[in-house]
Amino acid sequence: MAAKKKDAGSVEAGKSNAALHTELLHSMILQRRFEEKVAEAYALGKIGGFCHLYIGQEAVGTGCISMLRDDDYVITTYRDHGQAIARGVSPRSVMAELFGRVDGCSKGKGGSMHIFDRNVNFLGGHGIVGGHVPMATGVAFAIKYRGGNQAIVCFMGEAAVNNGAFHESLNMAGLWKLPVIYVIENNKYGMGTAVERASSIKDMYKRGDTYSIANAEVDGQDVLAVRDAMSAALERARDDYQPTLLEIRTYRFMGHSMSDAVSGTYRTKAELEEYLKRDPINILEAKMKAAGEITGAQIADMEKEIGVVVQDAWDFADASPEPPLEALYEDVLVETTSG
Amino acid sequence: MPLITYRDALNQALREEMHKDDRVFLMGEEVGVYNGAYKVSKGLLEEFGEMRVVDTPITELGFAGVGVGAAMVGLRPVVEFMTWNFALLALDQVVNAAAKMLYMSGGQYNMPIVFRGPNGAALQLSAQHSQAWESWLAHIPGLKVVAPGTPYDAKGLLKSAIRDDNPVIVLEGEMLYNLKGEVPDEEYLIPLGKAELKREGDHCSIITSGKMVLVAMQAADTLAKEGIKIDVVDLRTIRPMDVEAITTSVKKTNRAVVLEEGWEVCGIGSQIVDYIQRDCFDHLDSPVIRVHQADTPMPYAKALEKSAKPDLAKTIAAVKKVMYIEA
Ligand SMILES: Cc1ncc(C[n+]2csc(CCOP(=O)(O)OP(=O)(O)O)c2C)c(N)n1
Ligand SMILES: [Mg+2]
Repeated sequence: MAAKKKDAGSVEAGKSNAALHTELLHSMILQRRFEEKVAEAYALGKIGGFCHLYIGQEAVGTGCISMLRDDDYVITTYRDHGQAIARGVSPRSVMAELFGRVDGCSKGKGGSMHIFDRNVNFLGGHGIVGGHVPMATGVAFAIKYRGGNQAIVCFMGEAAVNNGAFHESLNMAGLWKLPVIYVIENNKYGMGTAVERASSIKDMYKRGDTYSIANAEVDGQDVLAVRDAMSAALERARDDYQPTLLEIRTYRFMGHSMSDAVSGTYRTKAELEEYLKRDPINILEAKMKAAGEITGAQIADMEKEIGVVVQDAWDFADASPEPPLEALYEDVLVETTSG
Repeated sequence: MPLITYRDALNQALREEMHKDDRVFLMGEEVGVYNGAYKVSKGLLEEFGEMRVVDTPITELGFAGVGVGAAMVGLRPVVEFMTWNFALLALDQVVNAAAKMLYMSGGQYNMPIVFRGPNGAALQLSAQHSQAWESWLAHIPGLKVVAPGTPYDAKGLLKSAIRDDNPVIVLEGEMLYNLKGEVPDEEYLIPLGKAELKREGDHCSIITSGKMVLVAMQAADTLAKEGIKIDVVDLRTIRPMDVEAITTSVKKTNRAVVLEEGWEVCGIGSQIVDYIQRDCFDHLDSPVIRVHQADTPMPYAKALEKSAKPDLAKTIAAVKKVMYIEA
């Protein structure tokens, strides 16, 4: 198994810093503009149901996912649009899914909370808090079972950490040594409940100690810091089948979902404004400008190109037909072809 | 009589019972500071303090069990699930503990606990968030299950549920919370296990409960314009079921449609049809027809979702079918 060593194959292989950073910036701006468009579509009634935006948290998903190989896996919560795009699910198919159309990645049957794309090993957005954490553990089990050297990254909110499924999973992953990276996106709130009102400990990453799982706290507004933490975690997973627990501290700039207020009784406007100063996109932009890696004009060009992509996603979704009524009964069970 | 929402009716019931009995407390996700995910508990934290209005972490299994433990030693918990979809995580405590405690302790430990929250589908919430669980819960001996369809019933049934010395499941409706109805100022209770004839007619019975009561009433209104008079039997309590109310109605009308929100297979309607065939076989002029959700998980896309749900058009069509009226 010596061949496993450090072939992380992440985007930086043979790439200059400037090129790498430009890719990260592009991904984050694409996610941001895409979701701004989503909010617009939601207001127009083109998107329905629950819709949770990732705005403010983009560096977490982008940093982690940019370190993965194509044959690694991603599984996440209902707050899934940004991560899907970071993983390479096409903006067209995500938007079509949100519009409930046949060309959506889940054929219009899943909606915002259930973005799945088998082509890029995106194992779904899941709606039950904590429910997908054991599934991630199971994927890691399958990787080890087959003797592979892939990894799975499992995103969850900090509120999921209080749930039994999380603890049961970490115990098994620690016990069986499974190549899973649990990423707690600590955005300080589970809906309207502040983390300190829901968790008996403040530093969530320390929960890894209980299960002999390597753990770290990471600045989630700095995409490069996220990548560094992820790099170490991936090495543990690939080389030694060791799990990692990362607590990545971030903040959501919008309400819990499109149906919730941005601020209110549970968090103040002043707090929100303080965090808006640490916008992950601005932080990377500033670093790149300081290093002479990008100019204002280049960013403007990038924005323009992204604007076209996002509008194209909207137009595509809008033109895509609604699923035919027969589709209601499709995909309940699959025809058994094996055995 | 004041016109109030279903949400406010539940809020009044909680407030009144908490005033009356200091063993009653409310526990669940976002019930306190946030005033409830659907604002049912609005103002209660302020009024009763944080020992009696308890915000929990997202730990359904854990806090349902905390409720069971507290009930064993004499408190009277009202456990709110943000929705019943999430209560699946807590079913071990509801089914294996609360429902059986009295029985397996040979009568020593009763369970004065209420588990409540919204049940069934709202709009475009997709597969994991749009499920009606009444048949699962009503399957369990040792539980009582109520499903109020109006503000009046919501208040009266919740008050009775809190006073009951057994575990009572209260299935509310997300789509009902804004529904307005008359609720008197003076105190009242609605007995558990008693159906109500919400509309009288002699051509056909519609037997239903919860959110579907509204649909049945709309169907009765629409059909009345065509001269078809419907008996609407609102079960209100699904377990124990008021079988007599069902059979009395069917013996009068000789035709029945059974309307429920959930899935067909092993649904509440199967049980109702069984009661009807046992007691009303010789009275039936046509086979009983059931209206229910399509036999699939709930899809997200708008038109698909609509076609999956039981609704007014499907109910009217079913009534016409049992009456042998060409559509
Ligand atoms: C088991 C379960 N309980 C409750 C809910 C309702 N709910 C959805 S998201 C959420 C808050 C989760 O917060 P967190 O895990 O911090 O993730 P975030 O939304 O902040 O990304 C709640 C209570 C749910 N979906 N599943
Ligand atoms: Mg959170």
